[in-house]
Amino acid sequence: MSSASQVRNPAAATTTGPQKEGPVRRRRRGVRTLSTRDRVVVALLLGIPLLLDLAFVWFPAIGTLLLSFTKWNGVGSLHPTTTCKPNLPSILNNGCVYGIQNYHQAVTISPEFWPAVRHNLIWLAVFVLIATPLGMLFAVVIDRGIKGSRMYQSILFLPVMLSLALIGIIWEFVYSQDYGLINTVIGRNHNGNSIDWLGNPHLNLWAVLLEATWRQAGYVMVLYLAGLKAVDPTLREAALVDGANAWQTFWRVIFPVMRPINIVIMVVTVIESLRAFDLVYITNKGINGLELLSVLVTSNIVGETQRVGFGSALGVVLLLISLVPISIFLYQTFRREESQ
Amino acid sequence: MSDVESSGSSTETGLSPTRRNLLRGVAAGAGLAVVSGGLLTACGGSDDKKDSSSTSSGGTGKVAGATVTFGSNYSDPAVKSAFAALTTAATASTKAQVKINTVDHNTFQQNITSYLQGTPDDLFTWFAGYRMQYFAAQGLAQPIDDVWEKIGGNFSAAAKKLSTGIDGHQYLVPIYNYPWVVFYNKSQFASKGYAVPTTWDEYVALAKKMKADGIIPIAFADKDGWPALGTFDILNMRINGYDYHAKLMKHEVPWTDQGVHTVFQHWAEIMPYMQSGANGRIWQDSAKALEEKKAGMMFQGTNQVAAQYVTDKADLDDLDFFTFPAINPQWGQDYMDAPTDGFMLSKKAKNVDAAKAILEYIGTGPAEAEYLKTDQWDVGLVNGLQVPTYNAIQKKSVQEIAKCKAVAQFMDRDADPAMADAMIAIIQKFIDDPSTGNIAALQKSAESQAKAIYS
Repeated sequence: MSSASQVRNPAAATTTGPQKEGPVRRRRRGVRTLSTRDRVVVALLLGIPLLLDLAFVWFPAIGTLLLSFTKWNGVGSLHPTTTCKPNLPSILNNGCVYGIQNYHQAVTISPEFWPAVRHNLIWLAVFVLIATPLGMLFAVVIDRGIKGSRMYQSILFLPVMLSLALIGIIWEFVYSQDYGLINTVIGRNHNGNSIDWLGNPHLNLWAVLLEATWRQAGYVMVLYLAGLKAVDPTLREAALVDGANAWQTFWRVIFPVMRPINIVIMVVTVIESLRAFDLVYITNKGINGLELLSVLVTSNIVGETQRVGFGSALGVVLLLISLVPISIFLYQTFRREESQ
Repeated sequence: MSDVESSGSSTETGLSPTRRNLLRGVAAGAGLAVVSGGLLTACGGSDDKKDSSSTSSGGTGKVAGATVTFGSNYSDPAVKSAFAALTTAATASTKAQVKINTVDHNTFQQNITSYLQGTPDDLFTWFAGYRMQYFAAQGLAQPIDDVWEKIGGNFSAAAKKLSTGIDGHQYLVPIYNYPWVVFYNKSQFASKGYAVPTTWDEYVALAKKMKADGIIPIAFADKDGWPALGTFDILNMRINGYDYHAKLMKHEVPWTDQGVHTVFQHWAEIMPYMQSGANGRIWQDSAKALEEKKAGMMFQGTNQVAAQYVTDKADLDDLDFFTFPAINPQWGQDYMDAPTDGFMLSKKAKNVDAAKAILEYIGTGPAEAEYLKTDQWDVGLVNGLQVPTYNAIQKKSVQEIAKCKAVAQFMDRDADPAMADAMIAIIQKFIDDPSTGNIAALQKSAESQAKAIYS
């Protein structure tokens, strides 16, 4: 924050500082040059975040991009000058340059790649179209002060306080086909007629998305409640005076006022759906119907035998997909800022 | 602490290898003095300085009193205490202290590559087979041929082969293995009049009968992905033989081969008799179905099924097993999966001499017996090992493994782990849809993956 403001308007930042020492002379010079102390402060404030940014964002990102063109099992050093030889055992063909082979394998022969992309998109769609509106609905209903609203609020917020790993385990008790709640209640826990909620690849994604929505809706609700509480009550009164009904008041008056909160919720939703990992990993390690790109990246890069190059290629694909909503968001934000 | 605990039971057996080991390492003249020195420090507890001063006189000085770090994935309570007993006995025998760093089983496996390249412990727990060879070939483990020179006589040629890397050097000291067999409850078979099947036809007929009796014929779970690999292994070894299986695991036979197709066809034949919804069930729940006699049979390792009976305090005496029925008369019941666990010396080990002394002790009968006192499902590998605490399952395991002409290690230990992962996904898809058309498609997928992984 402070570094950004200094960059944009260095003159304003410096004029306030040196005033104490020599108000007249310094102010005139201060417009053109900075004192040594100011330079050090600016260098530190800019340099430290820049270094952190380079070290923890750009270095890994570019490293991943470069690694995605190699074949490497994580042992020993890379050989950036040698090209991989075809038909050689992988153990002798390590750390070499592999070209776009990793990407080619991902889109052609990897049976998990396209399901993973599809599942990531489904996840995003469910969060945007179901979880978020649901959370919004909860928030609006609770905000209207219905009877027992505090209790509902607590109940709906409860899953947000639990870690996703724990949520996965809790729902195992609900979904387990032999001993689970659902199958026991509906009497379908015998061999042959039981419903395999978490093992059937046509069902398990939706079962897990229900778990995820259970939590996400509560999360959105809390963010939205905070936004609703911040809305100026005079706006409602004005709408009431103008004869607007509840529906009109919400969509025409309240919703537009909450634009900042809406943007936050959209960003949270996109991020949460792209980084989805915990639930499927707890459920079945992200195989058999629950493939997600994040899981594929992890299972290739973390593990006994690592396919670092292949995993990196998948990571780059995930990055490219994430860039789409991020670019749209940034474009929108900057365009509005400029027009203001 | 360690001395007191082990004194009651194994002083006799524990001490004799000590003297032998120490005497071996020392020049004949200086032998006696060092032995007495070693024993004295052991009584005094951990007096490291005294020992390091005597290091100059001979190599064994480093062993007595030195601290060996041991990275362990024996994280479950039962195996953890068995492993603690083993290292306590090793300390009593070698006078080298052992510091155990226990890591959760799965985490240990996940992190093994970075662990071995970072600052690993001197010794670490690992598995035999390709999995050991892979890490040995990457230069992450040290050969322990000199240890095998001393303990080699204790083991069969097969056990030695399992401990040997691709370069012909030994890298592992095995401790135990356990067979993958078909479990059943004796009382259930007796009351229903079922007979143990020895051929495929009898097996299928028995399954059919059980189904008619309202019992799940074959308890089956594959939520974790790996349990079903065992069924593939045994069918492949019964139908195509061990050599074919070994070649397939190394991708010297293509996955599109007709032999693989036959394996899946046989599997599809018994699929209607296997517990449905396997992909959503953990094997522990299947084992429970067997315990409760809702299921008649279950094909899995003793390390899982018998261990589960012990954990659940189910009637272990009622549990029995038979080896998987013969399919191709050419091979009969000659082969099985019997995964072997053991210990390796990391490349970056600091106390190599002391670590080797520990390994040397572990490769003896008394060491295995010490471990197996608290372990009621695995069996030791030392020739002619007599363990008084063996139960009926363990005794029978020893006999059945001994009958085999070759034992495989399990797919995720015999093949490149990346390929085993790919097969986990493919076999789950087969379980979802065991139709002939799907088999062909899955074989093709397996082959293209193998090409990417093995070349």
